[in-house]
Amino acid sequence: MLDSILFYFFAGIAVISAALMVTRRNAIHSAVFLITTLLATAGIFLQLRAEFLFIAQIILYVGGIMVLFIFVIMLVRLDVALHHIRFRMKNLVVTIVIAVLGAEAGAIIYYARKLPGQGLFIQNMAPAENLAPNSEKLAQSLFSNYLLPFEIASVLLLVAMVGSVVMAKNKKGTEDS
Amino acid sequence: MTPSTLQSILHFLETWWVELVSGVVIVAVVPLVAGYVVLVERKLMADMQARLGPMRVGPHGLLQPIADAVKLLIKEDIIPNDADKLIFWLAPVISMTAALTSMGAIAFGPSFQVARDINIGILFVLGVSSLGFLGIILGGWASNSHYSIIGALRSTAQLVSYETAGGLAIISGLLLSGTLSISGIVEAQEKQGVWFIFLAPVAAFIYLVASIAETNRAPFDLPEAESELVAGYMTEYSGFRWALYFLGEYANMIVVGSVATTLFLGGWLRPFPNWKGSGLIREDIVDVGWNLVPAICVGLIGVYCIYRAGKQPAKVQSGFMWAVALACFAVAVIYAIPALVFALKVGGFAGTISAKVLPGLTGAFWFLLKVAGYIYVFMWLRFTLPRYRFDQLMHLGWYILIPLAIVNVFAVGIAMLLESHGWNRWLALIPTVLATLAFAILLVRWHDRRTESASTASLAPDSYAG
Repeated sequence: MLDSILFYFFAGIAVISAALMVTRRNAIHSAVFLITTLLATAGIFLQLRAEFLFIAQIILYVGGIMVLFIFVIMLVRLDVALHHIRFRMKNLVVTIVIAVLGAEAGAIIYYARKLPGQGLFIQNMAPAENLAPNSEKLAQSLFSNYLLPFEIASVLLLVAMVGSVVMAKNKKGTEDS
Repeated sequence: MTPSTLQSILHFLETWWVELVSGVVIVAVVPLVAGYVVLVERKLMADMQARLGPMRVGPHGLLQPIADAVKLLIKEDIIPNDADKLIFWLAPVISMTAALTSMGAIAFGPSFQVARDINIGILFVLGVSSLGFLGIILGGWASNSHYSIIGALRSTAQLVSYETAGGLAIISGLLLSGTLSISGIVEAQEKQGVWFIFLAPVAAFIYLVASIAETNRAPFDLPEAESELVAGYMTEYSGFRWALYFLGEYANMIVVGSVATTLFLGGWLRPFPNWKGSGLIREDIVDVGWNLVPAICVGLIGVYCIYRAGKQPAKVQSGFMWAVALACFAVAVIYAIPALVFALKVGGFAGTISAKVLPGLTGAFWFLLKVAGYIYVFMWLRFTLPRYRFDQLMHLGWYILIPLAIVNVFAVGIAMLLESHGWNRWLALIPTVLATLAFAILLVRWHDRRTESASTASLAPDSYAG
């Protein structure tokens, strides 16, 4: 019971602030509402007993990526920049996106109805007390079953990092900072 | 509201009331503690600069924090005309909330913890306390002023640089403990019989530097450097909002102090927790002695207060001193009763209660003592070192601390690998620590040489003073 109260609380906050994020004119206000959306999603993760995902969401998205978003928004005059990138076929694109998303949601609901218990909605969840601590589980599967993809992904990130440093560096290569 | 809902809420309250009460205590007490940390800081600064510090409100300025709080509450609350009202209002609240929330996972004693047994305790503390920076950035932006935004930008850059080094230092500690849970870390130190600062001294030092930078304190207080930026991101704030920022900052100090205490200084463990006595000094006598230490310490402070009461200039002040002494004695008695009950092996109700309460009480004493020591080091460094220049700060972070922290993670890992192959622990650790230190010296020399050649080439401005 408490679980469903918490779920609807977080889900409501997530949906409302997502809507506000899209409709706000001011970019910083949008960013703030994006932060609340991400935090509410983290709350849903915690309610599902995925505590590692919860804290990863907070550290990476809210604490890392959003700080950089706000950084960029503050440095770039977005309200000026927005006038330049207002594109023409806006309504068409929006209609297509909404149609695709709606079809997706409809398909999910349709197939979940068809296969009760083995569809997308899990009917019988394991009680929360019986779940193993999932940071250990995550580490075990990352570093045993999926070691190669994990290493490849980290090398990819390293390449991206080195590449961005090289691109950001002064072309002459003399300035030291 | 259906009966089942009500029932589940009641059930929730029944199982979690200790945690809820701890939460309320944290929210109620931390602002007061933060106020007194400010007083201690001013007194220490005065002592180091050979003056008296706040003396007017209460004996030796003991009521100064309360006077400050009242002043801030009744001050006019100014919102600049061109400020973004919503964000301006929200930003200090974010700072304060993040700091207080992250305290929820800290174990102040073996049983005094709000979010008990969460498996990701230390990540929770780090992640949530780093959200406070959103408050600083948003506040700086919303003020719509140059000083504010420069302070906020500096603060972000500083956070991003030093959080990396601090995180890597924490990883070294976590390698040794093998768990992310806060009480698990302390129990690991108890089981291994050593504080992790002795096993990973380099990591502890890196965390000390990084935590000073993360809390924006001198010598890294560039986001609010008075001589350059008025007050940095807080320039446009006044009254209660300013107080919220200030409280958030000091609460953050307590948080980083608690993390360092938990990870490197043995948490709530007393000194020498595994020394069980030998020869004439039997184990139970050692235990009783250690249990009485907090009572004796607090009692001695009370005695000193009485001694000072006779030397106060006014009657009110000596009366107040007596009141402080009595409060100290009350705390000492609270500590002494369970310890004595435990020592005399009284059975029955009193025995069971004191057996339950005693570990929590003594644990909280040692924990808070260690946190206070850590915060003292913060203040000491603040009054000793001049402020860094911004490029020096960035160089220190990126060229020295982060490489050193990465090498240290490898060094600790290698030492643990050797230990798992049957080496003696100290035999494995000492060479790796020495290798890390040698690397640190090399890093500093490389860096010095590079900056030397750069400065002779371009004649950089040399305003070394803060």
